[in-house]
Amino acid sequence: MTALLVAPFAVPMIAAVLAMLGHRSVKLQRILGVAGALGLLVTGIALLIAIERHGPQATQLSGWDAPFGITIVADLLSAIMVVISGMVATASAVYSAATVDARRTAFGYYPLTNFLLAGVAGAFLTGDLFNLYVWFEVMLIASFVLLALGGERPQLEGAVKYVAINLVASTMFLAAAGLIYGLTGTLNFADLAQRLPEAEPTGLVTAIAMLLLVAFGVKAAAFPLFFWLPASYHTPPADVAILFSGLLTKVGVYALLRTFTLLFDHDPGLIQPLFLWISSTTMVIGVLGALAQAEFRRVLSFHIVSQVGYMLLGIGLLTPLALAGAIFYIAHHMLAKTALFLVAGAVEGTRGSRALAQQGGLFERRPRLAMVFAIAALSLAGIPPLSGFVAKFVLVRAGLEAEAYLVVAAVLAVSLLTIVSMVKLWNEAFWKPAPEAEEGEGPTGAPAPAATSVGTATATSAGGGRWRLAAQLAPGAALALGGIALGIGAGPALDLSMRAAEQLLEPTAYLEAVLGEPA
Amino acid sequence: MNSIVLQAATRFLITLLLLFAVFLLIRGHNEPGGGFIAGLVVASAIALYALTCGMSAARTLMPLDPTILLGTGLAVALVSAVPGIIESGAPLDGVWGEVPLPGDRGVKLGSPLLFDLGVFFTVVGSAVTVLLSLSEEA
Repeated sequence: MTALLVAPFAVPMIAAVLAMLGHRSVKLQRILGVAGALGLLVTGIALLIAIERHGPQATQLSGWDAPFGITIVADLLSAIMVVISGMVATASAVYSAATVDARRTAFGYYPLTNFLLAGVAGAFLTGDLFNLYVWFEVMLIASFVLLALGGERPQLEGAVKYVAINLVASTMFLAAAGLIYGLTGTLNFADLAQRLPEAEPTGLVTAIAMLLLVAFGVKAAAFPLFFWLPASYHTPPADVAILFSGLLTKVGVYALLRTFTLLFDHDPGLIQPLFLWISSTTMVIGVLGALAQAEFRRVLSFHIVSQVGYMLLGIGLLTPLALAGAIFYIAHHMLAKTALFLVAGAVEGTRGSRALAQQGGLFERRPRLAMVFAIAALSLAGIPPLSGFVAKFVLVRAGLEAEAYLVVAAVLAVSLLTIVSMVKLWNEAFWKPAPEAEEGEGPTGAPAPAATSVGTATATSAGGGRWRLAAQLAPGAALALGGIALGIGAGPALDLSMRAAEQLLEPTAYLEAVLGEPA
Repeated sequence: MNSIVLQAATRFLITLLLLFAVFLLIRGHNEPGGGFIAGLVVASAIALYALTCGMSAARTLMPLDPTILLGTGLAVALVSAVPGIIESGAPLDGVWGEVPLPGDRGVKLGSPLLFDLGVFFTVVGSAVTVLLSLSEEA
């Protein structure tokens, strides 16, 4: 069991180190880039199967028992998150193997993505607040570099905003960890869960909860702390944005789910309405922001914000059904959103421009790409039988059961607006005739005018164009199919989410696994 | 920098710094010290050499490409998790053995030293990478 618990972050880490040692061989690095992500997926699935059969499992690195050792623990939520991250990571790794240029490879693109994956998996599997901080940092530092890699001017501007706000959030996180240690003398989640209810003064516990809420809220891009995301996600080359869109904010959401179900349930009268407000405003503001955008990836970035709102709804309602809906929503969102970003990357690669005005006519030229977009976009908007429908249906139902009608209204209205903005993307990028200047080009697209050039577009000019096109299309198609499967197989998937939610609300098995005694 | 005083002093200092780094690395076992500080001391020795004799000379001083050194350090640190897995099933668990020395004495060596060595190489590698890239920009 130890091996299974450690493997999801150990495998990408080993791949990263090997990629560093072999940094002269581009081919080796590409293989390791995909291998690390694939390793995350495979070990994640093995872990999920084991957890599903035997309940939450824990192990202590370096042999010290909890609460003193380095606890690695997985319940169903952790395992589900690892599996979905593995899918997203594999799709993005395949895509990036086709698009990352030599310069970014030389600066360590592949080791960095693998370290990022290790950080993400570690954050899902750690059982300790401080180690969560460490894994966050592993992830963030890798993402800082990935965001700035390539060094284009807008990219650096985006990176500065991203780094600044995330450093502030990390400081708050660290301050909260310090306060909590001063208050209780422990940082182990399971130990904290037992000690926090007796901790005095409760005001301080609330203060710590709010500090963590702000820290994780920044990382999850919740209102009003989301502004860094639309400011930075459209700047890096598409492959980086794909990876970020699928993984980063979801780690923040996971941290909120974990801490606010396990640790801070002392004051539901304050925290639940707060989360309901945050989630509704996040949903609404995100979708309104998306409507105002004129670039493919900017629209999608605002939609990430909007959908983080849906995920936080689970914490606001805090019923088993709502949490199950939130977990299902996270899985659905990671698949659909990454597929959309993959399409965005391929569109930019084909058209050589990020602005929607410069795009168009792609339905004719790349019909399969258009299909992938249509499936993922409809899923995002919540059209049956796709996964988004089930996710939203469950959340709406949970909202109705909890009589939170205002929130339900927000959910439905935001869905409608999501369709509007997806239709806009469809019309602009795929349906309308291609802009004059672009007519009559070869299938791989000529270099675009300097003002609108995209870093990734250069990759399409070299030989092997057909393989490259396939590598750009296939991951998105796979994720879109995954979304369909999740929608059609919603019964078992929802069952699993339901059990994960019950484990969150009734963490006895989790505590027992970590502390080793009946709690 | 073209200063005879600095050049003469550097020759002495580098030897001292490198020896001191080894001392710190081993001392880190039971007392303040360890791979991180030792790595910084080595990096500062290389920085000093670069200031006196120029960047290209400092580059030749390094036996390995700093990126490779960084990777090696991380690899060594990862490998140090293995003895624990074999011995007790817990990764990173300290495994100790005693190396006998003449005269009824012995020195305890264990996997934490391996980890420290990994940290040492990683710190040297990353500090020198930073140093070299910054000097290229200037």
